[in-house]
Amino acid sequence: MLAACGHEHGEARYPGVVKAALQSPGEKIEVPPPPFTEGAFPCSDCHDPSLPVNRERRKLEMAHQEIVLQHDEEHRWCLDCHSAENRDKLHLASGELVDFTESYRLCGQCHGDKHRDWRAGVHGRRIGQWNGHKSYLLCVHCHSSHAPKFEPKPPQPAPVRPEALGRGVVR
Amino acid sequence: MATLRRFWQFALASLHIVLRGNVYYWIWIAALLLLIGAGAVAYAHQLQAGLIATNMRDQVSWAFYIGNFTFLVGVAAAAVLLVIPAYVYDWKPIKEVVILGELLAIASIVMCGLFVTVDIGRPERFWHLLPGLGSLNVPQSLLAWDVLVLNGYLVLNLVIVTYMLFSLYRGRHPAKKVFLPLVLFSIPAAIAIHTVTAFLYNGLPARPFWNASILAPRFIASALCSGPAVLLILMQLLRRFTRFDIDDRAIWKVAELMAYTMFLNLFLLGAEVFKDVYSDTEHLVHMRYMFVGLGEHRAIVPYMWFSVFCSIAAFLLFLIPKTRRNPLTLNLGCVLIWIGVYLEKGMGLVIPGMTPDTLGEIYEYFPSNVELWVAAGIFAVGFLLFTLMVKVATPIMLGELHASDVQGIGHADEPAHEPVR
Amino acid sequence: MTKTTPSRREFLCALGGCAAAATAAGCSDLTHTSWFRSAFRELGDDEKKAIVADLEREHAVKYGKPVKVGTEGPLPDVEFGYALDISRCIGCRRCVYSCVDENNQSRDPQLHWIRVLEMDKEKGIDFAHANAYYEAEKVPRDGHFYLPVACQQCRNAPCVRACPVGATWMEKDGIVVIDYDWCIGCRCCMSACPYGARHFNYGEPHVPPEQLNPDTHYLGNRPRTKGVVEKCTFCIQRVRKGRYPACVEVCPVGARKFGNLLDPDSEVRYVLEHKRVYVLKAELNTRPKFFYFYGL
Repeated sequence: MLAACGHEHGEARYPGVVKAALQSPGEKIEVPPPPFTEGAFPCSDCHDPSLPVNRERRKLEMAHQEIVLQHDEEHRWCLDCHSAENRDKLHLASGELVDFTESYRLCGQCHGDKHRDWRAGVHGRRIGQWNGHKSYLLCVHCHSSHAPKFEPKPPQPAPVRPEALGRGVVR
Repeated sequence: MATLRRFWQFALASLHIVLRGNVYYWIWIAALLLLIGAGAVAYAHQLQAGLIATNMRDQVSWAFYIGNFTFLVGVAAAAVLLVIPAYVYDWKPIKEVVILGELLAIASIVMCGLFVTVDIGRPERFWHLLPGLGSLNVPQSLLAWDVLVLNGYLVLNLVIVTYMLFSLYRGRHPAKKVFLPLVLFSIPAAIAIHTVTAFLYNGLPARPFWNASILAPRFIASALCSGPAVLLILMQLLRRFTRFDIDDRAIWKVAELMAYTMFLNLFLLGAEVFKDVYSDTEHLVHMRYMFVGLGEHRAIVPYMWFSVFCSIAAFLLFLIPKTRRNPLTLNLGCVLIWIGVYLEKGMGLVIPGMTPDTLGEIYEYFPSNVELWVAAGIFAVGFLLFTLMVKVATPIMLGELHASDVQGIGHADEPAHEPVR
Repeated sequence: MTKTTPSRREFLCALGGCAAAATAAGCSDLTHTSWFRSAFRELGDDEKKAIVADLEREHAVKYGKPVKVGTEGPLPDVEFGYALDISRCIGCRRCVYSCVDENNQSRDPQLHWIRVLEMDKEKGIDFAHANAYYEAEKVPRDGHFYLPVACQQCRNAPCVRACPVGATWMEKDGIVVIDYDWCIGCRCCMSACPYGARHFNYGEPHVPPEQLNPDTHYLGNRPRTKGVVEKCTFCIQRVRKGRYPACVEVCPVGARKFGNLLDPDSEVRYVLEHKRVYVLKAELNTRPKFFYFYGL
């Protein structure tokens, strides 16, 4: 509804504005390249498609040991998101394969409200111009897909207290 | 042309008078000049360094200077207490001292102007406030209104005083139809300057401590205590050291009126305290900072209690006829009420209004040495101005000083001689 | 607005005539010094150009690099609004320092336009228990949430009303600005502001030349002098050119949203229509254009 209404007024007044809300669900959103670990992509370089797939849930020992899943780890594991048939793709619950550049569709299956806010530019960061070209960051640009909760950060310094301001000036 | 020439003569004669005096006079003048010098040095430093030389900060962005300004607006307004009985009720004993009230008003307004000047960050841009040249933000800004009414009041009093003294100097009684409307107009004007100054604080919903409708009446009540206190002491000094004959009844009458205004002042304070304490909302925090302190922040608490003590003691001294007629207790009461109101306005209004600040931060302000010296210098300017004006006014009013071709008119209430032409 | 400028200048020139003669400086030179500078709102285009050229020259000499002073006006059909997600802010203060860098705030004495308040979750939004000076190894700290406060760009701005010389006003795009060359430093606006958003230059502001952001706006981040008030302008020098404010771009958790309130498809409008929104001290009827919301 919002999209239809916005198209008539908004688009006319602000030509050239790319608006997520206007786009149909299937339409691709412009994003920077996904943040792959260096050398990791394409996955098929290592995961030879001709080899048989072990679909059993297990502790990884040959590779990817650094990945500690903290994302509903009791219920999920690699192949719930990564496609076993095509290692360079992800898959949705429906079985549809999606590119890593469209990973938001995968995240959006569970996090529908966040996905909706994100498309509107309200969840997460959007870069570009408020009245012009905007581009999105993928969910994984901020959240690690394997451990999405943010780690606490060291804060920048507290302000100087008024008592200490202008120390050295004769008062 | 003749009038101008006479005015020139009058000015020269006045100058002559201020340059003559006994050793005490010169010691007093020298002490004031010394203080002014010290204040000027402190101010020069403040100008060079910026207001960082004061202890004001974003958290408490108005403080000692503006508190003094507010107090002095009150002193300036006090002339009214003398004008009302003298002219509205035509009560003779006070009439002759009305001019002292006007002189006090002039000196106070000059001090007010100086306190505002030292408080602003870019004093050289004062011309932005001048109507015509600058862009005075009326009717929106209360400070703009304050600039207008204070300067108006200064001009009004200057005109009244100059006209009165110049007439007497020429051996004429001031013409009633010129003089009386001006004097009567000074009554609402005095109330206006204090009301507008109170509104300056009152109109700020960001500061709940000031945003109380009782503020303007409280300002006026306290002004009517502190202003006349100065005059009472001055009247006694003049009576002692000059031929000025001031009736005891005048002094007692002023003291009696002051007892009423002191009661009103305490009553309004009590009403304010009740509202805050009994309702016990988040706004109580300012009152608590004032009277009990917030945690270890208690810098102004002793001053506030001392102020309350002084105001109550002075009220009792003035209420009881016996003590208000005894010169010793009368003068003690004057000093007490002066201190009481000075602390209440100078520290108790501005600082607690800003502590804690709008985001809840407590910055404990206390004036810096630079602020204290600058303030001392400004008070010295005011006292100097007042001294010189009284020095000129006294002989003129006593008929000791007059134009050379005029016989003295003797005492002010004897009929005047028309100048011989 | 009537143009009183030339006659005002001539008058002041006449006043300053003696001084001018003494320093052998002509009136034409004097009119270019900041003392004679007229209120920005009353300047004609030519005067603006001349003053900007003077300013750019002054700053280039002082900071040893070219400095641009823009005078871009408001864009048509735009009213800026801001929304901040308090359920996401972690109190890291990245916004505070990116604002300092972008807007050339004094490093010493330190001046910050954004104040991040730490509050107790169990007390809710309560300024009486707020702490701006929290020190922690990592944020957010347990049991706390964070409320960054800067200018709320009120529609009914008490600061604008309080200014005795009209040196601060709301522009057509809703940004409340200050003319640093007209402000007399009386600090009435600071007493009037319920959000502690206005800051005074108590000392001479100091910005190291290598850190100066040379892309400035007359009503925004151009270098200031001591004795005048300053505050957040939504990064006027950026947003009037379509960019996001610096704090929006830097926020690591994407808690800050900015856009055009008149555009139904803007991020801020989405927030207003879909989220629970809160404005600070709503009871004072300041009607801020800065909204806090609960995104979670």
